[in-house]
Amino acid sequence: MVNWEYSESIESQDIVSIKDKYQNFVNGKFQQPNSKKYIDTISPSSEEFLSKIVISNEKDVDTAVQSAQMGFEKWENTTPHERSKYLFKLARLIQERSREFAVLESLDGGKPIKESRDFDLPQVAANFFYFAGWADKIDLSWGAKSLKPYGVVGQIIPWNFPLLMLAWKVAPALATGNTVVLKPAETTSLTALLFADLCEQAGIPDGVVNIITGDGTTGSLIVNHKDINKIAFTGSTQVGKLIQKSLAGRDVGLTLELGGKAANIVYEDAAIDQAVEGVVNGIFFNQGHVCCAGSRLLLQESIHDEFITKLEKRMQTLRVGNPLDKNTDIGAVNSKEQLNKIQELVNEGVSDGGKIFQTECELPGNGFWFKPTLFTDVQPSYSIAREEIFGPVLTTLTFRTPQEAIEIANNTEYGLSAGIWTEKGSKILWTADRLEAGVVWANTFNKFDPASPFGGYKESGFGREGGRHGLLSYLKAES
Amino acid sequence: MNNKTGVVSFNWEKTLELLKDSRIDSVGLNERVDSLANRSIKKESKLEALNMIVSMCDLTTLEGEDTEGKVSQMVAKAIIPNPNDLDIESVAAVCVYPSLVSVAKEKIGNSSVKVAAVSSYFPSGQVPMESKLLDTKYAIDSGADEIDIVINRKAFLEGDYRKVYDEILALKEVCGDVHLKTILEVGDLRTYENIRKASLISLAAGSDFIKTSTGKLSVGSSRQACYVMAKAVLDFKSLSGVSVGIKVAGGIRDAKDAIRYLVLIKEEMGNEWLTPDLFRFGASSLLDDVLKQIKKLKTGAYQASYYFPRG
Repeated sequence: MVNWEYSESIESQDIVSIKDKYQNFVNGKFQQPNSKKYIDTISPSSEEFLSKIVISNEKDVDTAVQSAQMGFEKWENTTPHERSKYLFKLARLIQERSREFAVLESLDGGKPIKESRDFDLPQVAANFFYFAGWADKIDLSWGAKSLKPYGVVGQIIPWNFPLLMLAWKVAPALATGNTVVLKPAETTSLTALLFADLCEQAGIPDGVVNIITGDGTTGSLIVNHKDINKIAFTGSTQVGKLIQKSLAGRDVGLTLELGGKAANIVYEDAAIDQAVEGVVNGIFFNQGHVCCAGSRLLLQESIHDEFITKLEKRMQTLRVGNPLDKNTDIGAVNSKEQLNKIQELVNEGVSDGGKIFQTECELPGNGFWFKPTLFTDVQPSYSIAREEIFGPVLTTLTFRTPQEAIEIANNTEYGLSAGIWTEKGSKILWTADRLEAGVVWANTFNKFDPASPFGGYKESGFGREGGRHGLLSYLKAES
Repeated sequence: MNNKTGVVSFNWEKTLELLKDSRIDSVGLNERVDSLANRSIKKESKLEALNMIVSMCDLTTLEGEDTEGKVSQMVAKAIIPNPNDLDIESVAAVCVYPSLVSVAKEKIGNSSVKVAAVSSYFPSGQVPMESKLLDTKYAIDSGADEIDIVINRKAFLEGDYRKVYDEILALKEVCGDVHLKTILEVGDLRTYENIRKASLISLAAGSDFIKTSTGKLSVGSSRQACYVMAKAVLDFKSLSGVSVGIKVAGGIRDAKDAIRYLVLIKEEMGNEWLTPDLFRFGASSLLDDVLKQIKKLKTGAYQASYYFPRG
C-alpha cells in the first residue's frame, strides 16, 4: 500500500506588511491615542508576536465618538447616490486586495486560508456590494421619508469572523447614513486596521468610519458614552445581557447577535452521506467558532449507529494544522483563553458520562489546538448539550419521532439557527415551521447571503443583519 | 455466497435490499466533490501522484481502425512509457477489442502489463445474451486477463434491474478467475440515484471492478460519478467485507484532472484504495500529459510532444 500524503502548500505571507504597533483610526487618519496601554497581538497558530495594539481609554473613545459626530454631519448631507458610490468603491478595493486580507485574517485569527480566501473575503465583498446597492433606494423601499439614521453607531464585533463581522456592521450602517465607531476584538484587530487603510484609499469622508482597538473595558466605554445613538453587538450572550442592562432607560438603539446551540436534525430518510458532510461542515467550519454552528447533532435512533460510524470515519480525514497551508481544514483555536474554555467543557462532558471520540491527528507544538471531537451517549441535561462550546466539539442526542426532535431542538435558551436533513420536502416544511430559530437550513448548513436576514430567537439576540431587514436595524422612525 | 475468486455475490433478495437506500442529495454531493478539487498537490506529493497514475493506467485503443500494428505500438509504450526515463513503471494494462487480445498478449510477453478486453458487445450491449457470452468467452480464450463488460442500459432504464443483475452474474461465471470490470456508462444513466443503483447491482452480482464509462459518449467520467461509485463500494464493503475496485474512463485527458480523482479516492476511501488492484484510469491521451508533467517536475522545463514516443 502506498502512503500518499500531501506535501506542504503554504500561502506566502509576503503580500502582507504588519506594522510593529498600531494607532487608532479616527477622523480619517491613524492618530496617536491618549492611552499608553498596549497589548501584543499574536498568531494563535504559532504564538509568534505580530504587533501591538492599543487598549483605548475613555479619552480615546470620546475622541472617536466626537469624530463620528462630525462625520455624521457630512455623511448625512452626502447624497444617497454618493454614499452608494463610496460603498461600491470599498467593495471593489476589498476584491482587489482580498489575498492580502485573507492571509492576514488567517495569520491573526488562526482560520484556514481556504476559508478566509474562499468564504470570508468573498462574503465581505458581497456585503459591501449588496448594501452599496441599497444606499440610494431606501426611500423608495419604505415609501416615505420617515426613516432616519440613528447617527453615531457603536459597533463591537467578535473574533471568529473578524472582517466579515465588520462588513456585516459597517456596510448597512453606512448605507443608511450612519457613522460608526467600531471596536474589533482584541485578539483579531489587524484586518479591521487594514480596512481602515482601505477607507483612506477609498476616500471615505473623515469621521465616517472610526476604528479603535481595545478589550472589554473599551467596549463598555463605547456602550456607556453619552453621545452614542445606537449599539450593535455580536458576541456572547453574557456580554449581551450586560450591554442591555447598561442601556436600560436610555434612548439608544440596540441590536444583539449572541450565542447559539443549534440543532442539526438528521431524519432516517436523509441522504446519509451528504448529511454526514453537512454535519461536519456545520460544526468544524472555522474550528467551530461559529455562533450558528450545528453543535447539537439530533439523530433519529434508527440510523444512529450507521451515522456515527460514517461520521467518525469522515472526521478522521480532517486535516488539522498550519492555517496558511492550503490543504488545512481545521486551523488554530483563536486564543489560549478559548482553548481552556473548550477543554473545561469537554472535561465536564466526559465526567458527566458522555462517550468521547477524538480524531487521531498530530497537533503542532506551538499555538492553540483542539482535536475534532464527537460526543455520543449524551443526555439533554449535560452541560455539553446545553452550553455553547464555541469549538470543534459536536454533541449527539437522539430522538424517536419528529415531534420529539422538535422538543429537543427547542429545549435551549438559544435560537439562532438549525438544520434539517431529510429527502422529504413536506417534512422539511413541517419541521422548519416548528423550530424556534432565526435561520433554518434544509439539507445544507452554514450558507450565507447578504440578501438573507440573519439573527436570533430567545437569548440568541434580536435585530437582523443582512437583507432589507438588516437595513431597519440602522434606521428609526422619525415622527 | 463466495465464488472461487473470493468475490462475493449477493442473491437477488439481498440485492433488492441494498437498492432500497439510494438517496443522494445532488447539491451536497457536488459541493463535497468541488471542495476536494481545491486540494493543492505540490512538490513530492505531485510526483508521487503522477507515478501512481502511470501505474494505474489502462492504455486503451478501441476503434474500428485498430490493427495489429497499432496495438503493437501501444503495448510497447505500455511496457516502457518513457524510454528516456526508465524510473517510470509500466502501466497496469492495455485495453483492446477481443479480436486483438492475442496480438496484445503476445507482444506483452513477460512484462507485468495485463491485457484487458472489452466484451459483451461493447459499447452498446444491444445484443442477445448468447452473443455477449460468446464475445466474452472468445476474449478469455484469446488470453485476456481482464474483461470489461457493459451493463444492459436498456433493461436498466426500463426498470428491469433483475435482468441487469442476471446478465452480470452470468458473465462473471464465464470469467471465473479473470477480473471482471463492469461498465455502468454513467453518461446514459444521468442521475446520481441511477449511478448508485447500477453500482450496487454490479457489486452485488460479483464484479471485481465497476467502471464509469465506455469513452464512446460525449459524457464520460466525472468526479461526481466516481464519488457516487466510491460510496457504493464502501457501503458494499461494510456489508460483504470485500473491496471492489473502481475504474474511471472517458474524458480524463490531463494530469491535473487525474490527480483530483486520486484526491477523491484517498479522502473518501483511504490510501488502501490507491493501488492498481483497486483503482484504474482508462486512458489514451492522459498518459502523455502525465509523462510531460513528470518531466517538468524533474527538470523544471516542459518538453515538446515529439520527445515522447507514440503509443
